Amino acid sequence: MAKQALPAATAAVTERPAPREKPGPLEYMRRWPLQLMVGLTLLFLYLPLITLMAFSFNDSRRNIVWQGFTLKYYEKALANESLIQAFVNSLTIAFLCTIVSVILGALAAVMLWRFRFPGKTALEGTLALPIVVPEICLGVAMLVFFARVMPWPTGLPWPFNLGAITIAHISFAFPFVATVVRARLASFNRELEEAAKDLGASEWRTFWDVLVPHMRPGLIAGALLAFTLSLDDFVITFFTSGPDTITFPVKVYSMLRFSVTPEVNAASTILIVVTVVLTAIGLQLQNQKPKEDKA
Amino acid sequence: MTDVSPVHTQADKPASPVKPNPIISFEGVTKRFGKTIAVDDVTLQIQEGEFFALLGPSGCGKTTLLRMLAGFETPSEGRILIDGRDIAALPPNKRPVNMVFQSYAVFPHMKVADNVAYGLKMDGAPAAEIKTRVAEALELVKLGGLGERMPDQLSGGQRQRVALARALVKRPRVLLLDEPLSALDAKLRDQMRSELTSLQEKVGITFIMVTHDQDEALAIATRCAVMNRGVLAQVATPADLYEFPNSRFVADFVGSVNMFEGVLEKDEPNQAVVRCTELAAPVYLDHGVTGARGSTVWVALRPEKIEMHKRNGGEALKMEDAPAGANVVAGVIRDIVYLGSETNFEVELEGGRRVKTFRSNLTRYDQEDFTWDEPVWLAWHACSPAVLLS
Repeated sequence: MAKQALPAATAAVTERPAPREKPGPLEYMRRWPLQLMVGLTLLFLYLPLITLMAFSFNDSRRNIVWQGFTLKYYEKALANESLIQAFVNSLTIAFLCTIVSVILGALAAVMLWRFRFPGKTALEGTLALPIVVPEICLGVAMLVFFARVMPWPTGLPWPFNLGAITIAHISFAFPFVATVVRARLASFNRELEEAAKDLGASEWRTFWDVLVPHMRPGLIAGALLAFTLSLDDFVITFFTSGPDTITFPVKVYSMLRFSVTPEVNAASTILIVVTVVLTAIGLQLQNQKPKEDKA
Repeated sequence: MTDVSPVHTQADKPASPVKPNPIISFEGVTKRFGKTIAVDDVTLQIQEGEFFALLGPSGCGKTTLLRMLAGFETPSEGRILIDGRDIAALPPNKRPVNMVFQSYAVFPHMKVADNVAYGLKMDGAPAAEIKTRVAEALELVKLGGLGERMPDQLSGGQRQRVALARALVKRPRVLLLDEPLSALDAKLRDQMRSELTSLQEKVGITFIMVTHDQDEALAIATRCAVMNRGVLAQVATPADLYEFPNSRFVADFVGSVNMFEGVLEKDEPNQAVVRCTELAAPVYLDHGVTGARGSTVWVALRPEKIEMHKRNGGEALKMEDAPAGANVVAGVIRDIVYLGSETNFEVELEGGRRVKTFRSNLTRYDQEDFTWDEPVWLAWHACSPAVLLS
């Protein structure tokens, strides 16, 4: 009986409220304006992607009107050797770029966080430059750099012919990694480092046993950033790629110049799926509770 | 790390004129950060088996002193010896001391057992030995069975025990504790106080604790050093620190005190008199003080050492151990704070000066029933005030 005396209060704290109950003062998600807003936002974000994916199954050359379901453009895309080559190039560059960017970015972040030295502020500023400078300017700069200052030798066997693009990608991807890892390091408790040393660990062991585990989420987030930045970069790549070093975005662009065929849609869909799967794996790694290995 | 025995025997020799084996000695240690002097010419010896407290307000240099001992700071001047050996050249990971950090600094990505095992692993101890010693250490801090937990599954108090076990498992010569109880809630703090002392008795290791909490220092330590602005103000046992402070700073910092400035009027081997402007009566002491006659001194009177009696017009109260008129002043109760075990009164003297006095609530009904604006006598024994020269 006593419980029934205050039904509103008890219902509000239970996890699943009664179906016909009025929304509480802070339950915005149960009111129609916000629900509509969320729906529209999701539509705005994903409608283009869904359209692209849907039309990759369209049985039409022109790809304007829906003609019927087919998988033949996937077959065609997978049989298109230059497209596959571009795809492999893109993935290779992205992987190399990710590995180098994460190492460089993490080291830069640790240096900026750990040490005090003259010109530190200036260095921190210039490190962020590739993030803010318009990509087109970077692209032109890379073009000039590889043409005049340090020409990348042509005619190298794969994958060494991708060197120029990879270097260009690293140069704009690693500041992102450095920024993310630096932010993560701000929350590091210096006493952890001191505790490790106090217990007998050397600088090197302290770095691996204490600092790297703390940086892990930042490293993974940075790696994801670097990978996706590299994979879908068009502008800078366009300026640094040669005839035999076409990447996927550049290839798609050249295919579009003739017509928007479902083949392009199919290739793009594959790329989207690859990116989504890799991101999911990355996020999974980030959320995972690291288990200490048995010594 | 365990191989300090040869040095140890050397320190055991009766060559030292002061005390036998000081396990730690600071010799004229100074630490500067830029222009600020954090620690100023500290000379201090700590004996084997002591529970030593470094006490002082924040920024007094006590933590810096501890960090120099651990190796996280290097002295600008002076030497630090552990077992008679200068440790200046030793990095933190090579020193026979271990620290319990203020934030506990338990590695969040390692299980409790791995946290405790970390130091032993770094020393390259065999796996079997690590296992038994970790189990022992966890048992010692009453965390047996929690070795498989992650630190975020523990309470604050338990995390501190992990930090303790992690440091003690290495069997250091000295255990350093940086504000060990400050992050715990009041009940847990009381419990940990007594546990720390019993733990220290059990393991027999020298403990050095840094704290800003004088209650904590008095309750736990066998000896305390009070620091003020980088300088050692006084090094004494808790009781001596409280009853025989050597300066106004120590008297004021440790416990509660009424301080009166005065002039030393009479100073003989068995009696002394100080006249204070804020006290209507002279302060009579049954012992001499070593000060020049006519010099300015300060009288420190602890609130619980002041008696309070009702003043109903009649004759002035006379203390049996002081001449008539001395050590008794008249006042009016202005404030009463009831604290359960005792009641704190604030009494306004004739000159306007307010004096604190504490009365234990010995019975459930206070027979005297002091109330606001009541005229009272304040009186104290001739041995109660401490006369301070600085």
